[in-house]
Amino acid sequence: MSADHASVVPSVTPPLWLLAELTYRCPLQCSYCSNPIDFHRYHQELDTQAWCDVLRQGRGLGAAQLGFSGGEPLIRKDLEVLVEEARSLGFYTNLITSGVGLDVKRVNALSAAGLDHIQISLQAADPDLASALAGSKKAHANKLAMARAVKDAGYPMVLNVVIHRQNIDQIGDIIALCDQLGADEVELANCQYYGWAFLNRRQLMPTRDQLKRAEDETRRWRERLQARGRDMTLHFVVPDYYEKQPKPCMGGWGSIFMTVAPDGAVLPCHSARELPMSFPTVNDLTLHDIWYQSDAFNRFRGTAWMPQRCQQCDQHSVDFAGCRCQAYLLTGDMTDTDPVCEFSPHHAALESMVEDAQVIRVLESGAIPRNVHMARQQTSTKDSE
Amino acid sequence: MNHTNIYQLRRGRRLQWEPVQGCHVILYPEGMVKLSASAGAILEQVDGQQNVSDIIHTLCQHYPQAEPSELVRDVEVFLAEAYDNGWLHLREEKHHVR
Ligand code: SF4
Ligand code: SF4
Repeated sequence: MSADHASVVPSVTPPLWLLAELTYRCPLQCSYCSNPIDFHRYHQELDTQAWCDVLRQGRGLGAAQLGFSGGEPLIRKDLEVLVEEARSLGFYTNLITSGVGLDVKRVNALSAAGLDHIQISLQAADPDLASALAGSKKAHANKLAMARAVKDAGYPMVLNVVIHRQNIDQIGDIIALCDQLGADEVELANCQYYGWAFLNRRQLMPTRDQLKRAEDETRRWRERLQARGRDMTLHFVVPDYYEKQPKPCMGGWGSIFMTVAPDGAVLPCHSARELPMSFPTVNDLTLHDIWYQSDAFNRFRGTAWMPQRCQQCDQHSVDFAGCRCQAYLLTGDMTDTDPVCEFSPHHAALESMVEDAQVIRVLESGAIPRNVHMARQQTSTKDSE
Repeated sequence: MNHTNIYQLRRGRRLQWEPVQGCHVILYPEGMVKLSASAGAILEQVDGQQNVSDIIHTLCQHYPQAEPSELVRDVEVFLAEAYDNGWLHLREEKHHVR
């Protein structure tokens, strides 16, 4: 590492988080998936050795938290090997899964490999709606069985449910199901609009009324659970389109977080691939060079790149001018203020999009399922535009 | 604080030295907290075997230059805080997940 490079970006601190997106393959087809729309283009996955090397490098840089996600990470037959390697390197290993492809044998194998934590996602409480949302009939029952198996293996049961227009009115039933399953923690994560979710935002965005009712229902459930002495934590994550200040995306670009995509591309966040810029890969460079020296990681560090409005605002050290992907998706300019910010000239357009959710009564057309066929179709229309 | 209490890290919480950060951290699902040098030294002794007074005794031997009354206070304050944060459970308690 040459000294002149180091002096260009003196304040870069080591990464703490590594997200290993092992594959974009997935048996489900959630229309709110945050994977890139053109995921089918990145089917050349890193092999076991390459992933082990990525893990060693990431750990050497200082990352301590590791997430295995995808796609569906369980599709990788070498998941247990990677967990074991990660654990022996000293990572805290988290598995983020739909539960499809899991069975009791595999839960035990993962536990034996040293997996620290499992989070299972559910689509809905009602099996019909769940299978409609995920595009699979068998998935729901298996998820419920696996949630129990995870708990039997001694892990806390942590469930994640992506909340959107089509299941938000059933939030009470969803919480009841989680309660009945014996969940310890439930994340009711309102949909964030990236990737497929952005494509399907009209079908997914709840109205302000729906959101308010869901929040009230969650509050009532918290009181009920507490009265019963039941220890189940409910996290209700508000979608930021409905806010006035953007979220500090990833704790700041290239500041604590790095994602390695299935093909080895290294990204400052898992949706950054949507931005009109290119990202280095572990096939060409070391993680160290990528983190400290690549143009991609240095692109939005510090404040010099920010629009005047953000540079002069005292909030820029809190929200870092918001999310770059959101700025790009909503304004066409990735260097702009995130339109969630009330001071953005594009904020009004975002608000009217939220208001529009009010008038879209029934789905005029269904959401687009996330699968290879639709990916090809979507990207070819985009290319010909 | 009862000095016969025996504390243990809860399942899913892990104490670890991070060479790159130059400090101990406590790791838990999708998160971590960096510990000060004294917090790290205390937590290192929390092994599910030593009770609070054993821990104080061990630390007194490791840090002979420390003022004993201050050390006792530091241990009590930190263990109470770590317990409130949900990092520790009392060993006598029936073990329950979370
Ligand atoms: S959101 Fe759904 S489709 Fe996307 S990776 Fe997760 S389970 Fe698969
Ligand atoms: S103007 Fe920029 S820095 Fe200020 S609150 Fe809005 S996004 Fe944040």
